[in-house]
Parts: sequence; C-alpha cells; structure tokens
Amino acid sequence: MTVISATPIATREGFGQALVELGHRDERVVCVEADISKSTRSCLFAQHFPERFFNVGVAEQNAIGVGAGLASCGLIPFVSTYAVFASMRACEQVRTTVAYPRANVKICPSHGGLTPGSDGVTHQGTEDLGVMRTIPNMTVVMPCDFNQMRAAVFAAACHEGPVYIRGTRDAVPQLYDEHILEDYEIGRAIKLREGDDVTIIAIGDMVSYSLEATEQLAAKGIEATVIDMHTLKPLDREAVIKSAERTGAVVTVEDHNIMNGLGSAVAELLVETLPVPMYRIGLRDTFGESGPYSLLLAKYGLATADVVRASIDVLKRQKSGR
Amino acid sequence: MTAINESDVRRLSGIACELRRRLLRMIHAANSGHPGGSLSAADIVSVLYFHVMRINPEDPGWSDRDRFILSKGHACPVLYCALAMRKYFDVEHLKHLRKLNGILQGHPDMRKTPGVDYTSGSLGQGLSVGVGMALAARVTRRRYQVFVLLGDGELNEGQVWEAAMCASKHRLCNLTAIVDYNHLQLDGTTEQIMPLEPLAAKWEAFGWDVIEIDGHDIPSILEALDRRTDTPKLVLAETVKGKGVSFMENVCDWHGRAPNDEELALALSELGEVP
Repeated sequence: MTVISATPIATREGFGQALVELGHRDERVVCVEADISKSTRSCLFAQHFPERFFNVGVAEQNAIGVGAGLASCGLIPFVSTYAVFASMRACEQVRTTVAYPRANVKICPSHGGLTPGSDGVTHQGTEDLGVMRTIPNMTVVMPCDFNQMRAAVFAAACHEGPVYIRGTRDAVPQLYDEHILEDYEIGRAIKLREGDDVTIIAIGDMVSYSLEATEQLAAKGIEATVIDMHTLKPLDREAVIKSAERTGAVVTVEDHNIMNGLGSAVAELLVETLPVPMYRIGLRDTFGESGPYSLLLAKYGLATADVVRASIDVLKRQKSGR
Repeated sequence: MTAINESDVRRLSGIACELRRRLLRMIHAANSGHPGGSLSAADIVSVLYFHVMRINPEDPGWSDRDRFILSKGHACPVLYCALAMRKYFDVEHLKHLRKLNGILQGHPDMRKTPGVDYTSGSLGQGLSVGVGMALAARVTRRRYQVFVLLGDGELNEGQVWEAAMCASKHRLCNLTAIVDYNHLQLDGTTEQIMPLEPLAAKWEAFGWDVIEIDGHDIPSILEALDRRTDTPKLVLAETVKGKGVSFMENVCDWHGRAPNDEELALALSELGEVP
C-alpha cells in the first residue's frame, strides 16, 4: 500500500467524484439529497444525471424513506446529508425502514466528527458512529482520505444492504494512491505500519495523525503498529486480536465520542478475548464548539501529541501491570 | 372512466365481509392485535387487492406490479387476510398471527411475509417510501401504480407532510394515498388529540388532487381509485372505526384489543357467519 503526501482534501470530495464515476458505470445508481448538495458534493452527480437526482429539500426523514422506496424497486440510492442529521434526525427511519428490512440504501453523510469545525456543535456529528453501530444489519465505514472514500463508495455499491459512509467537511491529508481502489474491502482493516511495542487503531481523519505520532514515538524508541480501521462494523476482529497479541497494548483514535465508537468496539472485543491495557482517544463525552479544525483537535485531545502521550501512558501501564 | 359493474360491487362487498370475519378470528386467535382500524380499512383493501391492483401472487416480486404500502401498519390483519385469500401464502398461517417463528409479525415485515411490499408499523413513514417507489417507476420507465394507506392519527407525524410536498414537487401521478379517516386514534378522537381539519384543504394546499368519499361504499372507492390525475391523488375516505360490528363501531377501546370468545361469536354473527 502506497502512502502518499499531497494537498489535503476533504473526503466529501471523494464521495462526490466517486458518485459521478458510479453513475456512468451503473444506471441503477440514484441520489437523494436534502438541500446541501453543494456541501456534500452530490451536486456533481446532479450536474451529470439530473434525472437520477432527487433533492427532497430540508427533510432528512423523508430522504431516508424515499431512499428505501427507490431501493425496493431495484435501484441503488445514495442518500446524502450531514452525519448529525442522517444518524439522529432520521435515526428511527434508518433503523426501521432501512436497516430492519435490509434495504439497499447507502447513507453517505458529510460533516462527520469535529471536521465541520467552524460550524459548531449543531453540525458536528460526534455520536453518529455509535448510533449506527448499534443498529442491526448496518455496515459502518469511515474512510481516511480521498481515494479511500472513492474505494468505499464503489465497494458499497456492490454490497447488498445498508451502508453508512461517513465523510469529512474539512480537508484531511491524503494517504492512499489509486491502488486502494483495487485493494479495498469493506471489513478488512489495513495495516499501515508495523511495530512491536504498541498498537494504534484509528479511523477516518485520525489515521494520518496516528501515523504522524509514530514518528515521534520512534524517536523515543517506541515502535508502533498502525491499523487503519476504516470499517467500524463489521469490525476486523482478527486484525485487532493479532496485533494486540503482538504488542500487548492498544490505543484507539477516533473523531467521535469515546462512547460507542471505535474505542468501544475494540474494548468490547478485547475484554472478551485478550484484555490488554488500552486507551481510547476521542471526545471525552462532551460536545465540541466552533473553531478551526486543527485547534479543535488540540483542545479536545485528538491531536498527534495526544496519540503520542496515550501510547506512552498505555505502555507504562502495561509494564506496571495496571 | 370504466363503468361500475354491479356484480363487481357485490363480489367486493362479499370479500370485504369475509376479510372482516377472518381478521377478527385472527386477532382472537392471537389474543392481540388491532381490530378497529383493520375493520375500517376492509372495504378499501378489498377493492385494491381484488379489483384495482395489477399483481401476481405467483410472483410477488414482479417488477411491474402495482405496490401497496400499509403505512398504518397496525391494521395488518386485514392485509394478511387479503394476501392469504389471494394465495400469497397458505390461509393456515392466519392462525399464527404474532406467534414466535411465524411469518405474520405484529406489524408488516416484507422479509417474512410474501406479498408485503414494504415493512411498516412505525407511523408516518409509508408515504415517503411510496414516493421513492413512484420515483423509481419514472427512472426505470415502468408503468406501475403505488398505493399508500394512511391512518388519520398518523397524519400527526411531520414526515407525512415532508413526503406530501415531495410527491407534489415531482408530480407523481402514479401515487395514490388513501386516508382511512375513522376519526379515532389511540387516546381519543382526532378532534381531541390533534385536530386535522380542514383536512381536504390541507392536502389540496400541498398540491394533491383530493377526492372525498364514503370509505365503505364500494362504488365510490372504485370510482375514486379509477380516476386519473396529473398530480398525486389523495382519497380522503370517511370511515367508521370497527365498521361492521355494532359494539366495536366508534369505540376507541377497540383500537388495540382482541375480542374474547363471546365477543368473537357475536361479531361473527353480525357479519353474517352461520354458526
């Protein structure tokens, strides 16, 4: 897997582009949008395929239901809005009308986590992964960069059943080149770095910060494994257990409340299989606020320095047996 | 407009009565379920499933079939009886409503019951699904019709009006919503709980073609469903909750309780069953 460095770009751009590519490839692909197409980037699909684009206005509950109806007639609807609305305004619609009947609806919100930095709490979806993970039949994905988002969108179109793909508003570093399109598989984690001392499991925008942290850790003589856990559900159990066996210490990193997201999923798995010292990086059961994305990450303990600190802390606990 | 045939009216009335008898036996056997709103919808369901809808019980997933969504999903006993009588599944299943491992859930489940076009029961969501189905017909260039049966209490849900706006925007003339306007919801009358009037004017204001009918008069139902429109169509069907059983009619308590042995026998005799 090639790790590239290039201009940061928001993963929602990857969604917008991928949807157009899919639209050319498969005429069953349709899009339901709730009046924020310029922001979610579904406007690109609307330009190319106006007859397959349905803007239902500021009405997310209806958007989910319309998606379900389209799917039941053999189409592949992508419903596009913000994470906070898709997962919570329309939560019960997703649960009962999409997930319960296993409707083939792809829910692809932008603005996941703190990335709509300046918009503040109303537009920051920081509980959505937990909400979605709790619903049976849901597949929950958060790509870490532009190309991985494209790969996830293509994979979701081939996956029969509901998928939630969380995008970011703010630009995030690019890690993958086009090869990810061939290698990507929903539910199969990607090991980006190998080290014997500590396992860092990250999702979405937190993957690149975790990689950054490994350089600082290496300078202190700590070698970390980094796992890009792009699929929160179904969790790649084998990848977690294998790495935890090897390092005996785990740090999880997510742009989400520490409850019910990646940290919870990993902790639930390890406590039943292989309990090891762990630290969960994420929002400590609090809301965010308005501010520049990078400063928000620093204030709420989700920055590179926090990954470094947590890794050192978890290793101390490992050595002291606590 | 097709002329209304007397023998069709007699046949559909007979079927509606048969649906009423069967659904009461079904709810009695389950000792649980919703008789009131099932009885009020029986005539409408009879006309849809035994006259209007183009369906093929041997191929429930037929792409060109007309679709029906029972958005007021708690009235599923009447739908299950219609599906069984149309031979989507064996009538024997009707004895096992709400039973563990059964195919007939407390509210419709499209994955468990052949012939159910969409899962429903959480009120307010069916019309959105109907909009999606009607839009899909346009994308796939198919000519099917979509029918959604709404409860009146259900109209309290905001999502219904989101869907109503959306159908109107897209001028979905292949979509018909029918309101089973029996004026009773779980906690009381619609007037007490959440007044709906002027209901016809509301739907008209949302851009729908509104037809007000007596929802128990078979010729009126036939005529309303037969009418072609350029916009989505709303059939406002005045009905009586518990219709056909004197002691259930207009009694709120029969929204969600099963008849006991004596009540069932009495109800069946009123519905013309010879013991």
